[in-house]
Amino acid sequence: MRLHDEAIVGAARGRHDLKEVAMEIPRDDLVAMYATMAKIRYFEERIREIYYEDKLPAFDIAAGPIPGEMHLAAGQEPVAVGVMPHLRPGDAITATHRPHHVAIAQGVDLGRMAAEIFGKDTGLGHGKGGHMHLFSVEPSFGCSGIIGEGMPVACGAALAFKRQGKDNVAISFFGEGAANQGAFHESLNLAALWNLPVVFICEDNGWAISVPKHASTAIADNSDRASAYGMPGVLVPDNDPIGVYEAAGAAIRRAREGRGPSLIEVRTLRLWGHFEGDADAYRSEEYKQEMAEHDPMVTYPERLIAEGVATPAEIDALTKAAHEEVDEAIEFARSSPYPAPEDALRHVFA
Amino acid sequence: MTATMTERKLTMQKAIAEAIRQEMERDESVFVMGEDVGVYGGIFGATEGLLDRFGPDRVIDTPISETAFIGAAVGAAIHGMRPIAELMFVDFFGVCMDQIYNNMAKIHYFSGGAVKVPMVLTTAVGGGYSDAGQHSQTLWGTFAHLPGMKVVVPSSAYDAKGLMISAIRDDNPVVYMFHKGALGLGWMTHNPHATGPVPEEPYAVPIGKAEVVREGTDVTVVTIGLSVHRAIDAAETLDAEGISVEVLDLRSLVPLDREAIVESVKKTHRLLVVDEDYRSFGMTGEVITTAIEGAFDFLDAPPIRIAEPDVPIPYSRPLERFVLPGVDDIVAGVRGLVAA
Ligand SMILES: Cc1ncc(C[n+]2csc(CCOP(=O)(O)OP(=O)(O)O)c2C)c(N)n1
Ligand SMILES: [Mg+2]
Repeated sequence: MRLHDEAIVGAARGRHDLKEVAMEIPRDDLVAMYATMAKIRYFEERIREIYYEDKLPAFDIAAGPIPGEMHLAAGQEPVAVGVMPHLRPGDAITATHRPHHVAIAQGVDLGRMAAEIFGKDTGLGHGKGGHMHLFSVEPSFGCSGIIGEGMPVACGAALAFKRQGKDNVAISFFGEGAANQGAFHESLNLAALWNLPVVFICEDNGWAISVPKHASTAIADNSDRASAYGMPGVLVPDNDPIGVYEAAGAAIRRAREGRGPSLIEVRTLRLWGHFEGDADAYRSEEYKQEMAEHDPMVTYPERLIAEGVATPAEIDALTKAAHEEVDEAIEFARSSPYPAPEDALRHVFA
Repeated sequence: MTATMTERKLTMQKAIAEAIRQEMERDESVFVMGEDVGVYGGIFGATEGLLDRFGPDRVIDTPISETAFIGAAVGAAIHGMRPIAELMFVDFFGVCMDQIYNNMAKIHYFSGGAVKVPMVLTTAVGGGYSDAGQHSQTLWGTFAHLPGMKVVVPSSAYDAKGLMISAIRDDNPVVYMFHKGALGLGWMTHNPHATGPVPEEPYAVPIGKAEVVREGTDVTVVTIGLSVHRAIDAAETLDAEGISVEVLDLRSLVPLDREAIVESVKKTHRLLVVDEDYRSFGMTGEVITTAIEGAFDFLDAPPIRIAEPDVPIPYSRPLERFVLPGVDDIVAGVRGLVAA
């Protein structure tokens, strides 16, 4: 059985001719998208490696320097990096239980984010929230462990921007699984009804834990659902930063100009298990192999090089710089102190 | 039969899955719905093996649409089925509570008893492994506060099977909560007592009957879920100090076995209530009130309670440890009571 094969076919197709779009997309953006992807992937790899410290041989979710559930976004980098070049200071983002790639792309403080994941006092939330509950004021970022939770909040941010006469936008990231949650439908209607500057970005990795999209969703493309709410819906059929860049650019421009919300669905890949420790037995080896062949961390820089946008040396330098930044953030997190136990009682009320 | 057969031991997780399987074999109207209950077998294994045994018509993976599938369970229950709907973590109740408390729990009453809603809502509860404030709550007090649904929380594998069978056969909606730390999952630190003898054949444990899981004479500790094991561990420590602790496992909050609480307090004259739920407006207050109403003259000291301070469950390990009731807290609480 082939599941979610369109993403793979789409990626293989190479829908965008880089030379053509490269004329429209500033070279700096094309290269910066790679740099951010490299930062994201390495961050996820480091977190993954540290996550298993002291948890093995018999996996114990409560043990190690990073306990609890851990949802990593390897493979989904393009969705996050394609949106970010269009953002301005003051824009707001809501993300999901799988939040790191989006937070990193938006420029959330990497050290404080890592420290939060380690449960340290220097973390974004002083260790209160952890990996599924990362909150940043500047840039404005929030996420949640409850599926569909961020969409209404993005509508509210957009409502505030509108009332305040700002041209800021709110972006809500969510999985394809979340598109079957009531909050999705209510939020799309609200956003369209009130003409809010919000962009809904569905990260369709084809899976909600073990449930494939075709077993959860009555139609093939969530982007088609936009029409039911009177807003544009766009499908980016391949896991390509450039496709996301184009679609998000148009949607964000539209929102800033006061022309209302849009919905974008991106076919992407969840390269690893749903959470760390997931045996991922519900996906075949063949499927996983096929995903690996379309890993955007391989295909995207290859294209940049093949089409003369960047040299291999440049790519190497960007990769190295990204790794250094991540290593520094992780080191900061590791060496930071834990909060005092009784600090648990602080921060309930303002 | 042989001794080894009667002494067969199961984890609580396997006991739950076995109970559901046996009831599905017995009764065609029983079926399961929820996220990842099929191929995955339930994130906490409560539906392990059921898809292979009964197929996708009776073991249904749902979209992430809790309002729709829990509401659908209500509708199916009204129309001759006995659905088991799984809410993966109780913390997710926010997205679907209307179907639970305005529909599932009230229809029988609104209909003057004419319409029955025989369904089970299973859900995982509890913290202790740094899953933070949206995946670590128990919230049983919240459900118990709202009339019209039974609220069951097993602490042992034996009870887990017998209470699940009772829940499925019950003509009322039953919220069946399993504590993650008591399931005996291979991937989570769990209390060893969660594994215990479970008979192969189906049997029912009545809902609404508390159990004295450890007899004692000096102090009564009333609790539920994983804290039963914490209380037993504390009682063993205290035993060495010459303090005799009785541990009462409530096993269900609705119905609450008030008689058992009163009876034990009349015997020991001292009460400590331990609850892995928020302190205010919850189980601890209810149990203490029950003791005061029924055994006021017998109390030698003001009852005390150990519960989560009224803050969301924090992520970081030292913070979470501070908030959750621990064996040490219980030991200290009992010592204080005896000294009073
Ligand atoms: C309301 C709610 N229901 C169920 C869950 C459990 N859960 C966590 S992640 C997940 C799958 C989400 O799938 P999707 O939205 O596609 O995001 P992905 O994990 O693929 O990034 C589920 C069911 C939850 N966190 N919240
Ligand atoms: Mg998904």
